[in-house]
Amino acid sequence: MQLTGSLFSSLSAILGHEISTLPDFPAEIRAPQGTLGGVSGFQVELGTDVFTPGDKADVIVAMNAAALKVCTLGSHFNHPQAHYDEEFSYFHRHAIVIVDTDSLTDKDLEKAQYHTDNPFEELGIPESVQIVPVALTTLTKEALKDSGMDNKAMLKSRNMFALGVICWLFDEPMDKAIHLLEEKFKKKPALVAPNTKVLVDGYNYGQNLALSVNQIRLDSSAVNHQPSAGRYTSIAGNRATAFGLIAAAEKASKHLFLGSYPITPATDILHELAARKDMNVMAVQAEDEIAGVCTAIGAAFAGDLACTTTSGPGLSLKSEAIGLAVMAELPLVVVDVQRGGPSTGLPTKTEQTDLMQALYGRNGECPAVVLAASTSANCFDFAYEACRIALENMTPVILLTDTYLANGTALWRIPKMADLPMITPQSVPEELKGKYNPALRDERQVRYWAFPGMEGYEHRNIGLERDAERGTISTNPENHEIMVRARQQKIAQVAERIPELKVIKPSAVNHHPSDILLVGWGSTEGHLRAAAQELGCDLAQFNYIMPLPKNTKEVLSQYKRVIVCELNTGQFANYLRAQVPGIEIEQYNEIQGQPFAVERIVRYVQQN
Amino acid sequence: MEASQFKSDHYVRFCPGCGDHAICMALQKAMAQIGIPTHQVAVISGIGCSSRMPHYLNTYGFNTIHGRGGAIATGVKTSHPELTVWQMSGDGDCLAIGGNHFIHEIRRNVDLNVCMFNNRIYGLTKGQYSPTSAKGFVSKSSPFGTIERPFVPAQLVLGARGTFFARTLDVDMPTTVDCLVAAQQHKGCSIVECLVNCVIFNNGTHAWIADREQRAEHSIVLKHGEKMIFGKNRDKGLTVEIDPVTFVPKMIVVSADDPRVLVHDATQPDPTLHRLLGLMGQERIESVNAEVDNDLPVALGVIRNVEEETYDHAVSRQIEEVRSKAKAHNFDELTETLESWTL
Repeated sequence: MQLTGSLFSSLSAILGHEISTLPDFPAEIRAPQGTLGGVSGFQVELGTDVFTPGDKADVIVAMNAAALKVCTLGSHFNHPQAHYDEEFSYFHRHAIVIVDTDSLTDKDLEKAQYHTDNPFEELGIPESVQIVPVALTTLTKEALKDSGMDNKAMLKSRNMFALGVICWLFDEPMDKAIHLLEEKFKKKPALVAPNTKVLVDGYNYGQNLALSVNQIRLDSSAVNHQPSAGRYTSIAGNRATAFGLIAAAEKASKHLFLGSYPITPATDILHELAARKDMNVMAVQAEDEIAGVCTAIGAAFAGDLACTTTSGPGLSLKSEAIGLAVMAELPLVVVDVQRGGPSTGLPTKTEQTDLMQALYGRNGECPAVVLAASTSANCFDFAYEACRIALENMTPVILLTDTYLANGTALWRIPKMADLPMITPQSVPEELKGKYNPALRDERQVRYWAFPGMEGYEHRNIGLERDAERGTISTNPENHEIMVRARQQKIAQVAERIPELKVIKPSAVNHHPSDILLVGWGSTEGHLRAAAQELGCDLAQFNYIMPLPKNTKEVLSQYKRVIVCELNTGQFANYLRAQVPGIEIEQYNEIQGQPFAVERIVRYVQQN
Repeated sequence: MEASQFKSDHYVRFCPGCGDHAICMALQKAMAQIGIPTHQVAVISGIGCSSRMPHYLNTYGFNTIHGRGGAIATGVKTSHPELTVWQMSGDGDCLAIGGNHFIHEIRRNVDLNVCMFNNRIYGLTKGQYSPTSAKGFVSKSSPFGTIERPFVPAQLVLGARGTFFARTLDVDMPTTVDCLVAAQQHKGCSIVECLVNCVIFNNGTHAWIADREQRAEHSIVLKHGEKMIFGKNRDKGLTVEIDPVTFVPKMIVVSADDPRVLVHDATQPDPTLHRLLGLMGQERIESVNAEVDNDLPVALGVIRNVEEETYDHAVSRQIEEVRSKAKAHNFDELTETLESWTL
C-alpha cells in the first residue's frame, strides 16, 4: 500500500500538482492482514494550495474488509455498532470509495469483526457516497494469467491494478506512470512487465467504468501560487534531513560523522547516511543511543561536523551526553524525530511532545539551541541551519521534526551548493598557538575551536566546570556563576543571526485585518496555514524555538487573541508565557497521535 | 622523545601512595618511547580516579562522563584514524556503567589503547564495591558483604573477541611500560588491565602479588616466544593438562626443566590457552573466603596479541571503495541523480 501511495504521489508531483502525503501504518512490521489492527494506509492530497494531506478523503481505496471498516468509522472503528459519521470518518459524504469485492468473503468479514454479510449496510455508509466495487483479485489474476507467475506473486500486483484505476480517475497520463514503475523496479526488471500490464489493465478498467463514475480533473494551470522556477523532486522529511546534513558538511568543508542507533521513526536518516559513503559520510551504527551521541561527541572533539539522530526515548537516553557537549562547548547536531510518547508510547504516530525535553531535559543549567522543521521539504533547510548554528557557535543544536514530516513527502526545490548560505565554523586565531586553552572565547562568548592534530594547541577538555580563564577544573563559586551565564549568553546571542518572525497572512481573497493570530511551531504549519486561510486570520509559525526570534513579543502583542495550537497539552504555550510574559495566550491542543484536523481548529476558533 | 614532554603543568591530585601515580609515570615513559608527537595523541577518559589521567598528560585530552569514554574514544578514532587514541578507565567506569561500550569497542576492534585501572573498589565516590570486588567484600554499600560474583576482566575481554589483552601491576614499572608500548604497537583494541592499589579504600587488594617478597612466587611475567618459567629461583614452569574424565583443560605448575613447559604464543588466534592463562590465580579473588587448591601464579605481561583488521580502518576502506566507483561525489552531483522535473 505504501508503494502504491508513493508512486501515485510522485506521479502527481511530476505532473505539476502540489502534493502532501501521510503514510499511516501499524507499529508491527507484519501485522496480521485483514484484521482491524493490521490496516495500513497512505493519504495524499493533490492540487493547488496544498498545505496538508487533507482532513477527509475524496477518494478511498479499501483493499479489504478491515480497511473499509477503519476508513468508514475512522477513530471509532473499535466501537461496537458504530455507524458512518462524517465527524470521525476518513472520507466525506460525497466521496468515491473503491473497494476490492474479492476481499469481502465471509472469512474476511469475520476477520474484520463484521456481524452481517452486508458490510456497506452494516457500516451505514450513506447513499451519497459512491461505492465502486472492483474485483481486484480476480481482475489482477486475469491480467496475469499468461505471465507464469505463481498465485502469491500475482496477488502482490493487486495494488497496481488499484493504482491504474486511480490514475484513470484523476486523469493521469499512463506513459509517465509506466516510466515511474520502470524506475521503481530498476533492480528487479522481471517485475516491470507484469506490473505494467496490471497497471494498464486497471486504467482501462477505469475507462470502462466511465458511465458510472465521474473522473476528477485537477486543473494544474490554475495554480494561484505557481512555485518558483527550478528543478523539483518529491522528498520525505527524513531524506531531506539527511541531505541537509550532507550539504552543510560540504559547505563548511567538514567531514560529516553520524553516530546513531535504530529507532522509529528516525531510522531512515541513518539508512540514507549509511548509503552516502559516496559523499564521504561516516555513519556508525552504535551499540546504543548513548553511544550514538557519544561517538558523535568524539568526532566533534576531533574536529568533525558530528550528528546523532533519534526519537523521544533516545533523546532521553542521550540527555547526559548532550550536557557534556554543552559543557565541553562542542558543535553537535541532535535530530529528534518526535513520536507519540511517553515511554514506548506510539512509535509510528506523530506528536509534538518532546519540546520541553529538548529545551530543559538535562541536569544543571544546560542551554542548547532548539530548532523545528515545519514541512517535509524544509527539513533540509533546518538540518542545514542546525549545522550552521552548531559549527559557528560551538553548541549542541537539537532539531525537532516528527513522524508526520519524516514519512510524509512534499515538493522540494533542489538547491545548488553555490546558492546555500555560508557556513563559517568557529576556528582559533594563529596567535593563540602555544597559549591556547579551551576556555578562551570571542566577543560573542563562543570559545575557540582547536582539535587533535593541530600542533601547539594541545589542551584538556572537560565535562567538569572549567575555570573561565585557564580552562582547567574549577569549583570556585563565583567562577561557576560566570560560566553558567557565559553559556546562556552564548545561546541568547544566536538570535542576532537568525531571521525575524514573519507573520503569514491569508491570501488576498479572504484577507481583512485580523485581530486573531494562530501560533504554531514545527510540523503543524500546513494545517495551521489551511485553518488560518479559512478563518481569514494571521499565522505565526515558529522554526526557531531557542532562542526565539528577537521580534517575537512585538509580533504577538499586536493581536487580541493569540491562540497557540500544538499536538501536546500546551508545551509551547507555556514556554511562550515564560519567555514573552504579559501576553494572554490561549491554547488549542490535540493529542491523538495524528496531525491536526483543520476543520476542528476552525470550529474551535469560531466557537470560542 | 623525553617523558617530560608528556607531562602537563597540571598538579597531580591522586592520593599519596595511590597506584595511579606509577601508571601515570609509566604512561609518560611509554609515550616518549613510542615517540608520537603530543598533538597527534588524544587521551579520552570517563569518570573516576583513573579518569583524571588526561589532565596530567601534555597531549589532547577529554575527561568526559561516567562510562562513556569508550564510545567517545571510538568516535575520535573512527573519524580520525591518523590519531593515536588512548582511553583511561577504571573497573567501575569500564565494567559497570560503561560495560556496553567496553564490550563493543573490543568486538569492533577499534584501534584504541585502553588502560583499565583495576583497584576493585569505587575510590572517587569513597568506597563502594565494584564489579571486580570479591564476593563477600565488605564496603560502604555492602555492609554485610557483597552477594555478587565478580568479573574477571581477561575473561570478559576474550569473550568479547578481544585481540589484545595485557595485565600489569602498579609496582612493576618495567612490565607496565612494556605492556603500554605493546598496546600502542598493536593495531586493534588493546586492553591493559592495570592492577592498582587504592591506599585509602582498598589497601593491599593486590598484596598477594604486589608484595616484593611474594611477587616472584605468585606471578609470572609472560613474554611472547619465551618459556613460561617463574619463581624466585626460576624453578617453576607452566603447562596445560587435560582432565581424562571431563576433558577440561587446566594449567598446572611443573618443574622448570619439565619438557612439557609451554612457550608463550601471544599471537595464537585460538583464545583457549590465553583464557586459561588469564584466569590463573583469579579464584583467589572470586570470593573473600576463597579456598584455592593450586599454586598457579597470576599472569602479567601481554597475554594475547592477535592482528585483525581494525574497525576504523575498515570504515575508511569501505568509504574509499564506494567513492572510487561512485557516480556522484558532491551534493550537486548527488541531487542530479534524483528523479526530478523542471517547473
